[in-house]
Amino acid sequence: MNAYLFTNARIIDPSQNRDFTGDLLVRDGIISAVGESLDVPQDAKVLDLKGKWLVPGLLDMHVHLREPGEEYKETIESGTAAAIAGGFTAVACMPNTQPANDSAGITRFILEKAQSSARARVYPIAAITLGQKGKQLTEFGDLLNAGAIAFSDDGLPVRNAAVMRKALEYAQNFDALIISHSEELDLSKGGVMNEGLVSIILGLKGIPAAAEEIAVFRDIALAELTAGRLHIAHVSTKGSVEIIRQAKIRGVRVTAETAPHYFSLTEEAVFGYNTFAKMYPPLRTEEDRLAVIEGLKDGTIDAIATDHAPHSVLEKECEFQMAANGIIGLETAIPLSLNLVRDSFISASQMIRCMSISPSKILGVLGGSLKDGNSADICIIDPEAIFTLTRESLHSLSYNSPFLGKDLQGKAILTLVDGRPVFDPMGLLP
Amino acid sequence: MNRFTARHILGISTLSPDEITFILDTAESLKDILERPIKKVPPLRGKTVVHLFFEPSTRTRLSFELAAKRLSADTVSISAKASSVVKGETLIDTARNIEAMKPDVIVIRHPYSGTPHLLTKYVNSSVINAGDGTNEHPSQALLDVFTVREHLGHIENLKVVILGDIFHSRVAHSDIQAFTKMGAEVVVSGPATMLPSRQSEVLGAKVVLKMEEALEDADVIIVLRIQKERQGQSLIPSVREYATFFGLSPDKVKLAKSGALIMHPGPINRGVEMAPEVADGPYSVILDQVTNGVAIRMALLSLLLTKAES
Repeated sequence: MNAYLFTNARIIDPSQNRDFTGDLLVRDGIISAVGESLDVPQDAKVLDLKGKWLVPGLLDMHVHLREPGEEYKETIESGTAAAIAGGFTAVACMPNTQPANDSAGITRFILEKAQSSARARVYPIAAITLGQKGKQLTEFGDLLNAGAIAFSDDGLPVRNAAVMRKALEYAQNFDALIISHSEELDLSKGGVMNEGLVSIILGLKGIPAAAEEIAVFRDIALAELTAGRLHIAHVSTKGSVEIIRQAKIRGVRVTAETAPHYFSLTEEAVFGYNTFAKMYPPLRTEEDRLAVIEGLKDGTIDAIATDHAPHSVLEKECEFQMAANGIIGLETAIPLSLNLVRDSFISASQMIRCMSISPSKILGVLGGSLKDGNSADICIIDPEAIFTLTRESLHSLSYNSPFLGKDLQGKAILTLVDGRPVFDPMGLLP
Repeated sequence: MNRFTARHILGISTLSPDEITFILDTAESLKDILERPIKKVPPLRGKTVVHLFFEPSTRTRLSFELAAKRLSADTVSISAKASSVVKGETLIDTARNIEAMKPDVIVIRHPYSGTPHLLTKYVNSSVINAGDGTNEHPSQALLDVFTVREHLGHIENLKVVILGDIFHSRVAHSDIQAFTKMGAEVVVSGPATMLPSRQSEVLGAKVVLKMEEALEDADVIIVLRIQKERQGQSLIPSVREYATFFGLSPDKVKLAKSGALIMHPGPINRGVEMAPEVADGPYSVILDQVTNGVAIRMALLSLLLTKAES
């Protein structure tokens, strides 16, 4: 086949605790050598990266691809096109499609569609309960056999603690992961933004931090009770970070993710009734934002996932109250996470860990590492490049981002899946 | 020369003390018209005011309509049930269609906060917020400030107490901002389920849980309507309990300054948030508020529309 030699790269591979300037050779879709100075094979195409970052292909463990059912918002093809443009070589997609991914047939449909149209790897997450209705468990075994990699009822969290307990228990027969979208529905009911000073000023019904924290605590208590493996999605409050921190100290099998918007924005982004700042959990306060960053810093929060949630103008160009929750995130994750590195909150290595090996390990999928012999899923990042996020620049079918029109710094300039340059806007590789 | 430059009246939050004073002064000069035998003057002849009401309203709507008619504007009223909203049309499409018929002002009331703000992005007409969700009701606050100024001569350094469901009341939200902007001290009180959690201050008003303490030395008492439909949300155990512990009785009025003004945005639940003898007492200015409402809305319409011509 072919060979690419990347030279003078800042190679960051947290899976091996490496961060150095050197070379990496890809041969026939496999990482075949990594070192400070590699010999140039005769048949290799050489690309001098001049200090740009070469990192494992990123994995976003929380996206919504909207297919099947809402293809006007996003498809597996467009969503994965957005992924590779954002440096992600793999995404895990949530089950709230129409119909919900609650049976092996739907999982197989997603994987077949991915096989024929996806630009990146697609890992389906199946529903915990039939129709995400919170009553009857889905067929975990059958779903896993079909290719599902974890279970979550996502935006329709399991309300009944006894059902969640059974999910955490039954999942252990398959060593499967349960992902919790933590929301106490009675407490959050009717709320459209964070409850606090801004919600008062805007006259909008708030969602208190406690609505998230109660649910985080409940599911951690259930994981502790059952010894099941739990992952907390999109952590947004100071209290949640602390509850997870304490649980980890006690040895509970819990991991957690946050999304770039929770460490980049606060509730003030809602001013002007900006529907592009409406999501669940809602953007919180500065105190929460800093606590989330602290959680990333000390490892309480294991992963950065975008909760990429495409919506069309139909759901977003309307009254704030009526607007759908969620924003797209795949194409802004790198620059927003890089802000934390630039501000010295976390190291480059920590950032890449949270976006590659960490989510790979949590989900139990391959990837996230630059070890010799691995598939060449690679992302090359220019951390300095400044670009303006516009509708035209986005690969997603939707443009519901609060960062639209903003200048962002740092982007993927080349993404390889299995050694194939799937995203190469500058034509770096033939 | 018209010193008024605002294009829309979306809330008290976007008005300066100078603008508020200017609106009050304009209303004062227009109020005369309401006392004349022929209550109509021509300044807004040929102008069209559309009243777009997505919530039931008797007094605010009537007040806006009369204000427009007194100034010779043509008025049209659309209520949510009569409009095409129920046919699945979006608010934005409704607004664009109304805009296509070239009105000059759209007065909107809507159950969702921020809807008038959204409207301004799609229409060229001036927009007046006649109440949006739990956000603001600016014309009500302006008529309240106007009524107090009319009776007490000034606003600065007065103690204004607002009682009731502060958290869910757009009247409270606008009143607090209007009175504080004009230099009054505002204190709010009511059941804690109707006050913002954990906040000792809301939009510049002091939160005092004990009603007796809140009422001490008050110059003005504004009593909010208890929305009985909120009972289902467990904000209060019962109307009866509310009347006993949070209703304004003659005894409680005595804690305020003697001659303190008693106000209510209406409609009153007599015997619930306010005892009948208080509502009908010598210092009640509740009906003055209603009269002044027309004057304030005349002022808003004329300021927005004469500005458009200059």
